[in-house]
This record gives sequence, structure tokens and C-alpha cells, in this order.
Amino acid sequence: MIVTQQAIAIFAAAGEENINPLIPAPFEIFWSLIPLAVVFFVFFRYVMPKLGAVLDERAALIEGGISKAEKAQAEAAAALEEYTAQLTEARAEAARIREDARAEAAQILAETRVKAGHEADRIVETANKQIEAERQQAIVSLRSDVGALATELASKIVGESLADDARQQRVIDAFLTDLEANVKAEG
Amino acid sequence: MIRIATESGDGFHAPSISDFYPDALFGDGTFYEFNRILLVRVIATIGLLAIMGFVAKRATVVPSRGQSIVELILGYLRENVVYGVLGEEVGKRYDKLLITIFFAIFAFNITGTIPGLNIASTGLIGVTLVLAVLIWVVYLTSGIIKHGFVGYWKYSLFPSGAALAVKPLIALVDLAQIVLIRPATLALRLTINMIVGHLLLALTYSATQYFWVDAASNFNIAYGFITFFGIFFMTALEVFVAVLQAFIFVMLSAVYINMAVSEDH
Repeated sequence: MIVTQQAIAIFAAAGEENINPLIPAPFEIFWSLIPLAVVFFVFFRYVMPKLGAVLDERAALIEGGISKAEKAQAEAAAALEEYTAQLTEARAEAARIREDARAEAAQILAETRVKAGHEADRIVETANKQIEAERQQAIVSLRSDVGALATELASKIVGESLADDARQQRVIDAFLTDLEANVKAEG
Repeated sequence: MIRIATESGDGFHAPSISDFYPDALFGDGTFYEFNRILLVRVIATIGLLAIMGFVAKRATVVPSRGQSIVELILGYLRENVVYGVLGEEVGKRYDKLLITIFFAIFAFNITGTIPGLNIASTGLIGVTLVLAVLIWVVYLTSGIIKHGFVGYWKYSLFPSGAALAVKPLIALVDLAQIVLIRPATLALRLTINMIVGHLLLALTYSATQYFWVDAASNFNIAYGFITFFGIFFMTALEVFVAVLQAFIFVMLSAVYINMAVSEDH
């Protein structure tokens, strides 16, 4: 509004001074065309392409930088993931090995225990057999010795040779039976 | 304020429109007549080309401070004005033209606030008219290339959806718009703004001169302070207007081009 009012005032004043600011003088057109032509020429041929090229170059550089950074970040993330996976795998592996070792140890222990038990049994059995054999041998040996001694003693006492083997054997058996009965009675 | 200026009589030099029409420096009466205003315009041209040439020559991928400012302006104009109005695809064909016009108008405007130059050469209608005609030619040819000669006028003057009765009226109004009103308003708006801006700014100078020197009295010196601070206020305003009017010219040019080349009316 202010501008319009003032414009009216200007034109009123201009009319008094015989100047019409709406009609350009030919020389002013001439001196418009030349500076504008120069400005357009320099801007179109030099200033705008140069600045545009720099801007494009910068944009490309920034885009390149960003994509490079993104790539690096992706690589880092992938590496981290890989390491994490490897670490997890290694931990699992270690746990498995430990578990295996424990199981193996337990198995070995159990096997050893069983084997030792068998061995002990076998030793005990062998010893028993040996004792039994030796006892048998001792019984046999004792029986023959005691028989011989008793027979000799009895022959001397009775004066009668108990040459007859059958009778001799009978006498010895009877003696021994008595002896055993005595031992049992005393025991 | 104008009335105050014209009423003041003795010793007071009121700024007037004749400031824009000084005596010739050389070539009086010829087509190359040259005066102070045109000298200011040539200086503005040289200054603009020197600054922009320097920036462009020194332009690097990592920008200096000056380059950053120029790039900021360029980027703003391109993204918000040219691409904002025309879209990126179409805008790419016009961005150099419109951005160059912005810088040219700004350079011619800003001289109004530069001490020693003190006049905006866009206050003369010739240069704004040349630019308006340039935009006029650009949007007409763009529209004709896009839609064909007949197609363009049919598309521009007879928008679909209008009632039959108002069609002739709309066609008439649109014709006047396209061939006369748009370029005329483009040129006039800029020139009148610059003339008014000059008169207001010059008034603060001359009134201060009058109050403090020519008619110094206790009362007038106090008044002088008002006009003195008015100098700073008006200078700031004129810097703003210099940018704003260049911006408006380019923005409207983009809108007019868009009206000529867009698909829908």
C-alpha cells in the first residue's frame, strides 16, 4: 500500500518535471543490453559451469565417502559377527571336549574298578584253591605219615605185624575216626 | 514523507525522480548516451563479475568462506526457487538463466545502498524491461516447444473445466496476462521499488543535512536525530529490498515458466 501511494506521488512529481519513468530511453536500453550480455556470457560460460562442477565433484566425493564408510562399517559388522560365531563355536567345542573327557574318565574309572574287582576275585579264588590243594595234600600226607607211625607204634605194642594191608588200613581208619571224634568232643 | 519533502522550501534539496535522469557524461543525444546511473550500472557489472569470477576461479571442493556464501545462495535459489517451482527435471533447463538474473538484479539493486554510488540502476525501467522481455520470450518459446504453437495458445487460453459462457472472458484475461501484464508487472514492480527506495533513503540523508546544517536550531537538531537513525534503518531496509526484489523477480519468472510448460492448467 505504501509503495503504491508513493508510486503515485512519484509519477505525479515526474509528470511535473516532464519525465516518464515508464518509458525507457533508447540509450538506457543500449546500456542495459551490454552489461546484461556480459553478465550472461560470463555466468553461462564460466561461473555457473565452474561452480556446478565443483558442487558435483563435492557431492560425488561425499557420496563416495559415505558409501566407503558404509562398506567399512558393514565389513566390521561382518567380521564381528564372524568372530562372535567363532568364539561361540570355540566355547561349545571346549565344553564338548571337557564333557567328553569327563565321560571318558568316568568310563575309565568304572572299567578299572570292574577290572580290579575281577582281579581281586580271581586272586582270592586262586588263593582259596591253593589253600584247598595244600590242605588236601597235608591231609593226605598227614594221613599216610600218621598211619605209618601208628602202625609201627601199634606193631611194637601188640607185637604183631600188621603186614596185612587191608587190616592195617582198617585199624588206621578206626584210629583216625576216634581221633577226630576226640578233637570234636574237646573242641 | 514525500509531501513533507516537497513542501520544505529554502535550502532543502528534496530527492526526486530527476535523480535518475542526470545530465549525460558523454554521447548526449546518441544511442550510447552515458550518464551517472549507467556508470553505476557498469561498475555494478564489473563488481559482480569480479567477485563471482574470483569465487569461481578459486572454487575448490573444500570451500573457502566466500565460496560457501555464494554456494549457499546458489543452492537456495536452485533448490527452493527453481526446482521448488519447476521440479528438478524441468528446472535443470532454467536454473542457469534464473540464477544469473538473480545475481544481475541484486548487483544492480545493491548499488543504491553503497556509499558513493547511492543509486540503484534498476530504478531505470530499461534494464528491468529487457529482463522481463527475456523472461517473456523464454516462457512463450518454452510453452510453444512443449505444447506446439496452436496447442500452447489453446492450452493457455481455454482451460478445461470452464463454463462455456465465461470461456471468452477467461481467454481474454489470460491473453492479456500472457502477452502484457506478466512482463509489465515484472519490470514495473522492480523499478518502482527501487525508485521509492532511493527517494526514502535519500530523504533521510537530505533531511538530516537540512536539520543539522542548513536549518540548525535546538528543535531541528533533535529532529535530525530521528532522520539520522532513519539513514541506518532505511539502508538496512534497502539492502533487504535489494535481495527481496531480485528474489521476487526470479520466483515469479519461475512461476510464469512453470505455467507455460506444466501439464495441467
